[in-house]
Amino acid sequence: MAEALVEFDNVVKRFGDFTAVETMNFNINEGEFIAIMGPSGCGKTTTLRMLAGLEEPSEGEIRLQGQVMNTVPPHERDTPMVWQSLALFPFLNARENVEFGLQMRGVDAATRRRKALEWLDRLEIGEFAERDISSLSGGQKQRVALARSLVTEPKILLLDEPLSALDANLVIRMQSMLTRLQRELGITFVYVTHSQSEAFAMADRVVIMSRGHIAQIGTPKDIYRAPANRFVAEFVGRNNIISGKVTSGKGKTVTLEGSLGVFTVDLGDNPKPAVGDAGSFVIAADLVHLSVARPKAANTIECSLISEEFIGSVVTLFLEAPDGSEFKVQIQERELADMDLKHMGKVYVSWASGRAHYIGAG
Amino acid sequence: MKGDRLLRGFLYGYLGLVFIFIFAPIVFSIIFSFNSDRFPTIPLGSFTLRWYETIWQDPDVWEAARTSLIVSLSVAFMATFLGFTTAYTDYRYRFKLKPLYLALILLPPTIPLIIMALAMLAWFAKIGLSGKVLSIIIAHTVLTAPFAMAIIRLRLSQMDASLEAAAWNLGADQWRALRRVIIPFCRPAIISSFCLTAAVSFDEFAIAWFISGLNKTIPVIILEIVTGNIDPQVNAIGSFVFLTSMTLVIIAQVVLMTRQKKEKGNHG
Repeated sequence: MAEALVEFDNVVKRFGDFTAVETMNFNINEGEFIAIMGPSGCGKTTTLRMLAGLEEPSEGEIRLQGQVMNTVPPHERDTPMVWQSLALFPFLNARENVEFGLQMRGVDAATRRRKALEWLDRLEIGEFAERDISSLSGGQKQRVALARSLVTEPKILLLDEPLSALDANLVIRMQSMLTRLQRELGITFVYVTHSQSEAFAMADRVVIMSRGHIAQIGTPKDIYRAPANRFVAEFVGRNNIISGKVTSGKGKTVTLEGSLGVFTVDLGDNPKPAVGDAGSFVIAADLVHLSVARPKAANTIECSLISEEFIGSVVTLFLEAPDGSEFKVQIQERELADMDLKHMGKVYVSWASGRAHYIGAG
Repeated sequence: MKGDRLLRGFLYGYLGLVFIFIFAPIVFSIIFSFNSDRFPTIPLGSFTLRWYETIWQDPDVWEAARTSLIVSLSVAFMATFLGFTTAYTDYRYRFKLKPLYLALILLPPTIPLIIMALAMLAWFAKIGLSGKVLSIIIAHTVLTAPFAMAIIRLRLSQMDASLEAAAWNLGADQWRALRRVIIPFCRPAIISSFCLTAAVSFDEFAIAWFISGLNKTIPVIILEIVTGNIDPQVNAIGSFVFLTSMTLVIIAQVVLMTRQKKEKGNHG
């Protein structure tokens, strides 16, 4: 059983009248790669800064290994951070940057040097140890920043959008390096990002934040396939959200009636709604069946094709439903090629009721 | 095309004139300091080091040089210290009376020198500090600290906002972060502020003349020589002062510029 390394216990953070983080409760387990993700201003960076001691919670407690950390100053914590700007010291060379943390802890010069060089080697930049920071490339600087944070062998590493300044190819390479590193070291990574692909590619669990609240915590797959509410469904992936009124319920399914027709949806773990309640469900763009002829299936909508977006092997089609709303479908490019669709032409989308995911009134 | 060339020619000519008006008197003063004639006339007499020998042997000039050196070094230390601490508090903290605080340190250069000199004279007389070397040091520090503050503040504004927090994050308390990160980052600005405030103090005449009393500085002694009679000694001292100030100013510029160039390459 994994042990909670960090506990957020009813944590609130206010800046004047503005509440950045509101009543946050969650645990981070030992050895876990957790991503905190959300749009800008959602409180994700504030959460990370509270963990590093750069902000003090207005209410509640943050505990690290069971100890209350609220008022412990940053330099007495072992919570190194990789900064968005990297924040490397420009007047020190790569090795001296890495040695900084050890020097602050009073490690002797010889050991410092040996450890710094070890880490630079491990991150494959040993040959640049004596180079000025300004002469290194973006990826190399990133590695120096990582080495600088890891050289003190912390239990937890905080990362604040560390890859946001790199180009797409480099991001993918750094992602696999980070995942590998985290597995080898077995330490906890807390990774703040606004990028879904970064969070989903690396994290064991993802925390989705919206306006200072936690919208959902779960594995990337949970969040992708079973969004807990409308915010998550809209923020993550390509989802269609359909709302209506509950007209009947049978066992674990309900029937919803809305402006697009009548649909049956599996309830999943949701409590059973009463007849007459408002309800919504999510159908992911890639779980929809697309056909030119009207299918026999129950959950069907007749749409017309508006536009398509080609992104390699997968194509996203933007359709218009009869009530004017947009409906998105993702299919394989080669499937689409066989279908001979025309602009504004009629198409049918349908899905098995088990594919749809009920999200309540949200 | 042709108009462009004309304009360029005109602008270069203009620039040339500006330089001539600034440097011609200085160049002449240097030339005449090696001229054997008593009066600055053309054609020149023969080459001589006589005027330099005269001031070399003049104990008054030595005394003034000593005073000037003590004053400018002390002023450079104090002004740079004050400039750094003010710039850092401005960078680091937000507080209610900050505009007032900043106005207080930035005010002195806006006061006419003669008024400041008179005020200083009256004030020092009242607190029993008139005519002392210390009084010149205090007055010059007040005058030059704003320059130091401006230079260091500019440097701090170029600093990555996370740099100090990164030092805390790696285990440095506030003092060590200041010593190991903020000061090294500001080093070029600190060095150039030191040189510039020393140069300004070394050159400053008006305030020094009012409050120096018997502790004359170099500019004050120059005026005394000139008021007495026409003496090419003045050219010799002038050349020496010019060389000292220019060296300090050039060092300041070079230190600031090499650092910036290096960091620019950083983003390429």
